[in-house]
Amino acid sequence: MRFLTSFVGAILEAWQEVRVHRGRVLLSLVGVTVAVCALSASVAVTDLAQRAVLEQAESSSGRPFTITGNVSANGTPVPGEADEAWFETLDRFDISYATRVAFDYAPVQLPEGVADASLLYVDQPYATLHRTRMLEGAWFAPGDRDRLAPAVVVNAALWERLGSPDLSTHPVISSSRFEGSDLVVIGVYASSSWDTEPALMMLAPAAIAALPPGTFDGLYPYYEMWVPEESGDELMSLVSSDLSSRLGEGFSVDVYRSDYGALMDDPTAALRMLTLGIGAVILLLGALGLLNIALVTVRQRIREIGIRRSMGATAGRVFFSVMMESVVATAVAGVVGVMLAVLIVKLPIVEEFITQGLVEDLPPFPTSAAVFGVVSAVAVGALAGVIPAVVAVRVKPIDAIRI
Amino acid sequence: MSLLELDDVTRTVPLPDGDPLTILSGVDLTVEPGDRVSIVGRSGSGKSTLLNMLGLLDLPTTGTLSFDGVDVRTMRSGRRDRLRGSDIGFIFQQFNLLEGRTATENAVVPLIYASGSSFWRRERLAREMLERVGLGHRLDSLPGSLSGGEQQRVAIARALVRSPRLILADEPTGALDLETGQSVMDLLDEIVEEREAALVVITHDPAIAARGDRHFRLVKGTLTAASSSSATIDDEPFPSDRDVTAEVTG
Repeated sequence: MRFLTSFVGAILEAWQEVRVHRGRVLLSLVGVTVAVCALSASVAVTDLAQRAVLEQAESSSGRPFTITGNVSANGTPVPGEADEAWFETLDRFDISYATRVAFDYAPVQLPEGVADASLLYVDQPYATLHRTRMLEGAWFAPGDRDRLAPAVVVNAALWERLGSPDLSTHPVISSSRFEGSDLVVIGVYASSSWDTEPALMMLAPAAIAALPPGTFDGLYPYYEMWVPEESGDELMSLVSSDLSSRLGEGFSVDVYRSDYGALMDDPTAALRMLTLGIGAVILLLGALGLLNIALVTVRQRIREIGIRRSMGATAGRVFFSVMMESVVATAVAGVVGVMLAVLIVKLPIVEEFITQGLVEDLPPFPTSAAVFGVVSAVAVGALAGVIPAVVAVRVKPIDAIRI
Repeated sequence: MSLLELDDVTRTVPLPDGDPLTILSGVDLTVEPGDRVSIVGRSGSGKSTLLNMLGLLDLPTTGTLSFDGVDVRTMRSGRRDRLRGSDIGFIFQQFNLLEGRTATENAVVPLIYASGSSFWRRERLAREMLERVGLGHRLDSLPGSLSGGEQQRVAIARALVRSPRLILADEPTGALDLETGQSVMDLLDEIVEEREAALVVITHDPAIAARGDRHFRLVKGTLTAASSSSATIDDEPFPSDRDVTAEVTG
C-alpha cells in the first residue's frame, strides 16, 4: 500500500513540477521533441522506403520465392517440347503460379508516328508473381488468350502517348510485328516514374498464335514459378531434376532462385542502420541538452528539495521524483515528437518522394516507429534524469532550507 | 515516555583546517506531549542546529537523541524521514512555501508523503486545514498574492495537516509585523492546544518566548533553563554577534 501511494505521489509531484515550470520544461524538451521526431520519422521513412524497394524488387524479379528455369539445346532455341515438359513438371509439383516470359520489340503506331515499344510475352499468373498493379482497366483474364485481336496491357507512358483513351471504347494499337493486326488495349499497368518508354505485355499463347511460326521460341523464353518460401530450395532442386529427366539428353536445364532474396535478406538493412544511427546521434544530443538544463534546474531547486525533506520526503522518494520529472516530461515530448513525425511522413509530397509511386497500398505510419520513438524518449528521460536525481539526493536538508 | 529527549548532546563539525567546531555542547532537553517549550538565542548560538536535530534532520555527534524512547541513531534514514513526515511539523521564519503552487497545493505537500487514507484524501484534508487557519477564501491563491501573515498561516496549515505530535517553529514571527505576529502565534497556540501537540518555538523575541510554559536559553551552544518571565529572559545578557563570530571562526 505504501509502495502504491509512494509511486502515485511521485508521479503527482513530477507532474506538478512539470506543470509549474512548464516554460522551462518546454524549452528543455525542444531538443528531445525534435530528436524523437527525427528518429520516428527516419524509422517510418525507412519502412516506407523498404516497402517501395521490396515492391520494386518484386515487380522486376518476382516475389520470394521465385524460381527461374532456362532450357537450351546447345545454345539454340528450344522447340515447343520444352513447354510441354515444363507444364508437366508444374502439374507434378502442383505449382499454380507460373509463367513463361519472353522479351521482344515491336514498332507501334502512335498518333505522332511509329515508335519502338518493348514487348513482354507472359502467362496470366505473371501479375501475381510480379505484383503488377493496374492503373486503368484490368489484367488478362483466362479467356483473353483466345481473342482474335490479341489483348495487351500497356504502361502509363504508352497509354499517355496514345492520348489516354477511355478503355471502355476498346482502343487499339497497330504493329507491323503482328502483320498489321490490331492489339486491343484492355489495361494500363503501373510502373516506376522513370519508366518513360512505351512498353506493353501480351499473353504468351496469343503471341505464339499471332507471330510467325517459330518466332516465339527464337526469343529464348524462360520459365518463372512462385513457390512457398519454406519449400523453395527443395522444389528448385526437384524441378531441375524433373525437367532434365523429361527433356533427356541434348538439353541443358538451368534452374535458380531469381527474386531479391537470392541476393540478400533485406536490401534496406544498410539504409535502416544508417537512419537509426543518425537518429540515435540526434537523440543523444537532445538528451545532453536535457541533462544540462536538468542539472542547472536541480541546483536552483535545492531549497525546495530541503523543504520537501523536512516534510517527510525520503532520499529514495526525492531521487524517484526528480527522475520521474524527466521521464514524464520526455514521455510528453516523445508523444509530441511522434505526432510531428506522423504529420511530416504522411504529407503527400513526402510519401510520393519516398515511395516513388512504387508502393501499391501505402501503409499507415508504422506502429513500430511510433512505439520506438516514445520508448526512446522515455529511456532518454530516465537516463538524463538519473544524474540530477543523484545531485538532489545529496542535498543536505539543513543547508538547503537555509538558502 | 517522553516524546523527545536529548541527553548530553554534542554536535561538532570539522573545519577546513581539520579542527572541530563545537556548535552544541552538553544539551539536555525533554519534550513531553502537550509541552510549550521556547528557546531563545542570538544568531550563531546554535538555534538552527538544535532545531534540525529536534526535527531529526541532523544527528548528534555524541550523546543521545530519542524519539518515543527510541534512539534515532539506530533508525535507518528512511524510517527517520517517515517519522519526521508523520510526527513532526516545521514552521519556518521565511515561510518556505513552494513558489508557483497554490495555498492548497502547498498544504498538500506533507500528505503527498503519507500513505493510506491521508494520502487519498489529501486535497480535502488540506482544504479543511486551510479553512481552520482562516484561509478558506484563499485556497487557490499563489504565495506571491498572499500577505506575510497569510503565508505564515499557510505554513502553519502545512505543518499541522498530518496532525503531528511535535511542532517545531523557527522564528515563526520573524518576518511579520508585531500585530500580525501576535495573531499568528495566537492561532498557532490555539491549534496546537486543540490537537494536543507539543510545540517548540525557537526565537530571539522574548515576547514570543514568554508564551511558552518552559523556557530555555541557548548561549554558545549550551542550553540552560531560564525563568518563565520574558523580562527575566530579556535581562540575561546575550552574547554579542562579535563573540559568536569569534567562536565560530576560532
